[in-house]
Amino acid sequence: MLRRRLFITSFLAAPVTLYLIYVIAPYVQAFYISMTDWRGVSAAPRFIGLENFQRLFSDGIFWKAVSHNALLLVLLPLITIVLSLFFAFLLNVGGKGVSGVRGSKFYRVVFFFPQVLAVAVVAVLFQQVFRPDDSGMLNGPLMALGLPSVGFLSDPSVAFWSVLGVMVWQAVGFYVVLFSAGLASIPGDMFEAAQIDGAGRFSLFFRITLPLLWDTVQVAWVYLGILALDVFAIVWVMTDQHGGPDFSTTVMAAEIYRNAFQYFRFGYASALGVIMFFFTIGFAILALRLSRRERIEY
Amino acid sequence: MSALSHVALMVWTVLMVVPILWTFLASVKSEDEIFGDAWSLPASLRWDNFARAWEQAHIGQYMLNSVIVVSFSTLGTMLLGSMAAYVLARYPFRGNRAFYLLFVSGLAFPVYLALTPLFFVVQNMGRAIPFIGLNTHAGVVLVYIAYSMPFTVFFLAAFFRTLPTAVAEAALVDGASHTRIFFQIMLPMARPGLVSITIFNVLGQWNQYQLPLVLLQERDKWVLTQGIADISTAAGYDQDWSALFAALTLAILPMLVVYTVFQRQIQSGLTAGALK
Repeated sequence: MLRRRLFITSFLAAPVTLYLIYVIAPYVQAFYISMTDWRGVSAAPRFIGLENFQRLFSDGIFWKAVSHNALLLVLLPLITIVLSLFFAFLLNVGGKGVSGVRGSKFYRVVFFFPQVLAVAVVAVLFQQVFRPDDSGMLNGPLMALGLPSVGFLSDPSVAFWSVLGVMVWQAVGFYVVLFSAGLASIPGDMFEAAQIDGAGRFSLFFRITLPLLWDTVQVAWVYLGILALDVFAIVWVMTDQHGGPDFSTTVMAAEIYRNAFQYFRFGYASALGVIMFFFTIGFAILALRLSRRERIEY
Repeated sequence: MSALSHVALMVWTVLMVVPILWTFLASVKSEDEIFGDAWSLPASLRWDNFARAWEQAHIGQYMLNSVIVVSFSTLGTMLLGSMAAYVLARYPFRGNRAFYLLFVSGLAFPVYLALTPLFFVVQNMGRAIPFIGLNTHAGVVLVYIAYSMPFTVFFLAAFFRTLPTAVAEAALVDGASHTRIFFQIMLPMARPGLVSITIFNVLGQWNQYQLPLVLLQERDKWVLTQGIADISTAAGYDQDWSALFAALTLAILPMLVVYTVFQRQIQSGLTAGALK
């Protein structure tokens, strides 16, 4: 019995210690720091209550960041899920009979590829793709055709959509594979029976595929929602002025980093972090609520 | 209809492949060619771009740093993560549930909230033990391990719970120690789960940008993602564009090769967590 207890303690000691020091302690401290005016230089942070939060709510940049996260929270999952469902359907059910189209293995490998690239690397790559001059991959051909160049990253009204586009570009492959795995677990004779009964492609998709994949779609929605709330590297590395031009692409995570490590406003940055924390928890609770649906057994 | 399916799939394939091929192409162009027609072919293959990226832009150094950090952090994550997960999954004791929830709760927190205090925690650790402070690879390794715990413990605990108990009990009756049972019986049995979560952690830690940005501010300690991000933003007008494309190629190509060879394992490794 003693040996057993000794074993349990020795196996938990190191992981728990590391986790408490590097994860739990910083999270707990962040809540306190968010109520101070700490700028790192003073030895003791001064307690100022909710002042940081009041300042945040009257800060235009904060609201820009929040609105961009909110927009991503709606659009990123929506666009990514629609595209991935469409491709997964084509790859698995879209061929003759109810098999996948030819070459579906090839497509699955290629589509997934951006997933293994670092977001920072993808950001630099697209910075070049989006270059405003005729040496950009997109603007080169446009200008060669005599069309005006598009400020993919330099035009405040376009830049946000470029960020969204790159995020979709990187995400779709993962969900194609995820939905394909979900589709593979649906018995094939279900599709065949429906087809014999005269179901077309649209009813195959909307009456069978979508309802049976609904669980996986919800998982995808939660993952993509968290991705939308957590976005940082793509904005920080790819866009002009780390979230510009003119804060047109900034997000909460970028403003936390900017305030903490460029302006050294640690209290203010932590207050932003606390708000982000409540957004994330709120989203998680909402997602759990909405996903409490009857499971379809098959 | 089938033809239309292929058109849609081909369009997306082109969208995936062309930006990457375009980067590879630019990596062997001269500076003038990069600034000329975006789609021109290079007159000759400028391999010296790679030499400049490797040596002068220090991509070689950054890649080595990434390899060192990720080797140790993945090893540590797997060792500590599987130990914690195993005990929590198979040994009922008082506080078991609390420890499990403590680990798993980390899944719900945005890392950005912890960023500022984490910087000071690592700084303070470094004052006590210089080896693991700011701008040290050992310090980053410990942070990576800690932040990989929530998902690793969550995933592996679920996996250990599904393993049969009979073998371990028989070994215990035969007098094997708990530690020995773990290393010689349970770990080998858990191999499929370990492979999945190892892939997940290697890729996640290799691609990490946010944590090293905060914790490694000295240039010679940087990891690859920092190095790549820096050459594109810092240099300005005297930018060595062809070296940038070469550096990008050096960051992308090995990943492409490894992924193509192990694509089946990587796809299932990365999606395993979502399907649980």
